[in-house]
Amino acid sequence: MNHPPASAAEEEIAGTIRAAAAAKEPLLVQGNATKSGMLRPVQAARTVSTAGLSGITLYAPKELILTARAGTPLAEIEAAVAEAGQHLIAEPPDLSDLLGTAGKPQTLGGVVATNLSGPRRVAWGAMRDHVLGVRAVTGRAEIIRSGGRVLKNVTGLDLCKLLTGSHGTLGVITEITLKVLPAPPGTGTLALPGLDAEAGVRVLAAALGSPFSVSAAAWVPPEGTARVPGLDGLAGGTALIRIEDFPSSVDYRLGRLRDGFGLAGVRLLDSVESRAAWRAVRDAAPLAPRPEDAVWRVSVRPSAGPGVLAAVAPHGVSGFLDWGGGLVWLAGPADAATHQVVEAAAGASRGTWTLLRAPDTLRGAVRVVPDEAPALARITREVKAALDPAGILNPGRIFAGL
Amino acid sequence: MIRQPDPKPDVLARRDAIVAGLRALLPAEDAVIAEPIRLKPYETDGLSAYRQVPLAVVLPDTTEQVAAILAFCYRNGVRVIPRGAGTSLSGGALPLEDAVVVGMMRMNQILDVDYADRCAVVQAGVTNIGITNAVAADGFFYAPDPSSQLACMIGGNVGMNSGGAHCLKYGVTANNLLGLKIVTIQGEIIDIGGAHLDAAGYDWLGLLTGAEGQLAIVTEVTVRLLRAPEGARAMLAAFKSNEIAGGCVDAIISSGIIPVALEFMDRPAIHACEAFAHAGYPLDAEAMLIIEVEGSPAEQDDLLAKISDICNRFDPISLKVSQSEEESLAIWKGRKGAFGAIGRISPDYLCMDGTIPTSQLPLVLRRIQEMSDSYGLKVANIFHAGDGNLHPLIMFDANDPASFHAAERFGADILTLCVEVGGCLTGEHGVGVEKRDLMTVQFTQQELDQQRRIKSAFDPDWLLNPSKVFPLQAETGTQAGLKHAA
Repeated sequence: MNHPPASAAEEEIAGTIRAAAAAKEPLLVQGNATKSGMLRPVQAARTVSTAGLSGITLYAPKELILTARAGTPLAEIEAAVAEAGQHLIAEPPDLSDLLGTAGKPQTLGGVVATNLSGPRRVAWGAMRDHVLGVRAVTGRAEIIRSGGRVLKNVTGLDLCKLLTGSHGTLGVITEITLKVLPAPPGTGTLALPGLDAEAGVRVLAAALGSPFSVSAAAWVPPEGTARVPGLDGLAGGTALIRIEDFPSSVDYRLGRLRDGFGLAGVRLLDSVESRAAWRAVRDAAPLAPRPEDAVWRVSVRPSAGPGVLAAVAPHGVSGFLDWGGGLVWLAGPADAATHQVVEAAAGASRGTWTLLRAPDTLRGAVRVVPDEAPALARITREVKAALDPAGILNPGRIFAGL
Repeated sequence: MIRQPDPKPDVLARRDAIVAGLRALLPAEDAVIAEPIRLKPYETDGLSAYRQVPLAVVLPDTTEQVAAILAFCYRNGVRVIPRGAGTSLSGGALPLEDAVVVGMMRMNQILDVDYADRCAVVQAGVTNIGITNAVAADGFFYAPDPSSQLACMIGGNVGMNSGGAHCLKYGVTANNLLGLKIVTIQGEIIDIGGAHLDAAGYDWLGLLTGAEGQLAIVTEVTVRLLRAPEGARAMLAAFKSNEIAGGCVDAIISSGIIPVALEFMDRPAIHACEAFAHAGYPLDAEAMLIIEVEGSPAEQDDLLAKISDICNRFDPISLKVSQSEEESLAIWKGRKGAFGAIGRISPDYLCMDGTIPTSQLPLVLRRIQEMSDSYGLKVANIFHAGDGNLHPLIMFDANDPASFHAAERFGADILTLCVEVGGCLTGEHGVGVEKRDLMTVQFTQQELDQQRRIKSAFDPDWLLNPSKVFPLQAETGTQAGLKHAA
C-alpha cells in the first residue's frame, strides 16, 4: 500500500533522527522526561521529544479502542475514558513521587515505552497486552505502523509488543491505540490484617485461585499500612484483595471470600476507600524510600515474593508485594553491594528485576536489568541494529553499550 | 494459486545424505520419515487446497534433539517447517519440496502444574484442550479456546497467537503466556520469561507469539492457568437484520457488561448450523447472537436479565435464555459445529479470518453479499462480534479449478475490504501462505522490510518456515534475507 501520510511532527522527528544517524550522534528519546530516572542514564547532547505530539485522535467507546498521540498527558486520556464510563485496563501507576518528577504530567508514550502496569495487571494483563497499534519513527528515520485499531490482529510480526517496554531504544513511538474496557461500576476490598508475608501471600493465592475474579491482590508490611488510606489501626502485615464488578457482585464475592478465609479482624473497604487504597498501592506509596535510597521492581513467581523480602531484609532493604506476591517493590541503600543482594535474591527465585531509581553514579555503573544469556544477547544486538543501525536512540538505556 | 519458491537444487541432490544425517541425530525407530508413502500425511494442513510432500519429517522427543536438528539444517542450508497438529487454516505448516518438517507431536508432556502460582509448563505438542483437561478437575482452565482445540497444539497456538470464542474477556494466546523455551535456527536453546508476570529487557515473549515459526521453534510453553468461574450460561437472541443485531452488540458493550462470549451468525450460517445440529435456531432470523455470561447462578440471572432487556429494545424475533447447563450446551452446539455444518452443504470451503471495526459490520456484510452474488459462490458469516473478528466461510467446488480460483479471489476481496474499513487481514488464523501476498494491502514496503530485518536478526539465511508471511520478492521469487546493514 501507499504510505499513510506523516504528520508534520513525525516528519520533524524523522528529520532529527536522520541527521543524528548520519552524524552518529546519540539522541535522548523522551516525552515529558518523567521517567528519565529509570534504568541507566543516557549520554546524549541532543533530545528528541514527543511532548509536542499531543491529543486523542480517535476514541470509539463501543469498539473499546482509543488512539492518542504519544505526548498526550495520561491524565487527559484517563479523564476521557472515565467520562465514557471506561478505564485503562492495566491501571498504569503514577511514579512521579518516587521519581521526583511531581507536577510534570506523564505521557501515554512514556507509560507504553516503559510498560508500566498497576495492580490490575495480575488479573487483566500489562500495558503491553492492551497496545493494539503503534506508529513509530525507527532509528532509520522511517515511519512504520504495527497492529491497528481492532482488538484481534495477528497480521505480521507484533512490533507493538517489541516497542512497548523498549524505553525508546528501538524507535520513537508517535501514536498508540489502546484497548479500553468498561469501568466496573462497583469496587470493594477486603483488608486482612495480622498476616506476615508468607501467610499473606497464601491468602492472596487462595483469592486469585478462587472463582471470584479478584482484580488485585497485594500485601503491605506493618510499617507500610499507615501510608495506605483505609488501613489505619490495622495491626501487622495486611493482605488486600479487590473485586471490581457490578455492586451486587462485589458484595457477593467479597462476602464469599471473607467467609472462606474465616479470619478475624477483617475490614471491608467500600468503593471510595478501595479506590484510594489501590491508588496508593499502584503508586508504590507503601514504599516511602529515603531520598538517597535506590528502588527496585522485582518480578518473580508469586509464591517467591516473601522469600525475596526475607533475603534482602538483613541488608536494610524493605518493601511490599503486589500482583499476588509476584511484584516485589523494594527500597534500600543505593550502593553496589546492596544492589548485588537484590540481584541475587531475584535470581535465586528465577525471576527478573529492574533498578527503577538510583543515583547516576550507581545506575551508570551496574546492570539495571539482568544480563541475557549469550544467544539472546546476540539477538538483542541484532534486533537493535535492525531498527536502529547507527545505535543512536537512547544508547545504553537498558544495557551498557547498546 | 500462490507461488512457492523454487527448491534448492543442491539440497534435493543431497537428499540421502541429509536423511542419513538426521537419522544419526534421531536414532529412535520412526523418528525420521523419508519414505514417500509415509510422508504423505504431512503434505498439507488445514488449508488443504495446497499440498507438497516435504523432503523428510523428523519427530523429536526433546528440546535437545530439536536443537541438534536445527543446527544440522543450518549448517546444511536446509529449510525447516515447524508443525504441531497441522490444523492451520492459513497453510502455516505447508511443506516445501526441499524442507524438513519438524513435527512436535511427540513432545506431548505436561511438565509442571502449579496452582499456587497459577501456571503450567507444557511441551509444545500438548493439545490446547489437553491443558484444560489436566487441570479441570481442580477447577482451573487455560483460557484461549480456538475451534480446533481438541486437536491443535499449544506450540501452534503460540506460533499463530490463536484466539477463540472467549477472548473478549480472556484475551488471546499472547495474553495468557508467561514463558517459552525456544530453539534458534543455529541450534541454541533459550529460555524466555518464566513463571513471573513482567520480564525485563525487550518483550521477546510478545514478539515470538504469533511469529508463525519465522523466528525460532517453540519447544516448551509456560501458560497462565485461571480458576474457572462458578458457572456460565448462554442465551440466544435473533433479529430481523444484520444492522439491528449489530446495534444490539453495541448496546451490550455500552452497558458496561463484557460477556465472556458474544457470537454473531448470519442467515446462511444459522440455516447451515441448524440443519446440521438441530440446535433449535430460529430459521426466520437474518442474524443471531449467542451471548454467554459467567458467575454464580444469581449473578448469571442478573446479567442475562440485563442483556435480555437490552435485546428487547431491538425488536428481537426471539430470545431464549438458557435455564441450565444442558440448554447452554444446546445453544452452543450449532455454533461449535459450524465448520462441519458448512462442510455438509459444501465439502470444500475457505474459512476467512479478517477483523473489522465492529461499527463497520453491516456495511461489510452487505458488501460480502454483493461479492457472493457476483462470484456466484455461497458464503456464510460467523463473527466474534465483541472483538470484530469475522469468519466468512466461502463455499466452492474443489473439482472445478475455476471455482477454487474464484473462491480465492473472493476471499482476497473480503480481506482487502477488511483493511479498507480500518481492520486487518487476519485476527487469529495467521498470514501463513494463504494471505502472504495480501500483506502489501495492509503494510507499506518500508514496514514489510522492517519486519523482514527482524526476521533476519533471528534467521539470517531465511531457513525457518520460508514462503510464509512475507511476499516473495517479485524479482527473485524468493524472500531473500534483508540484512540490516543497509
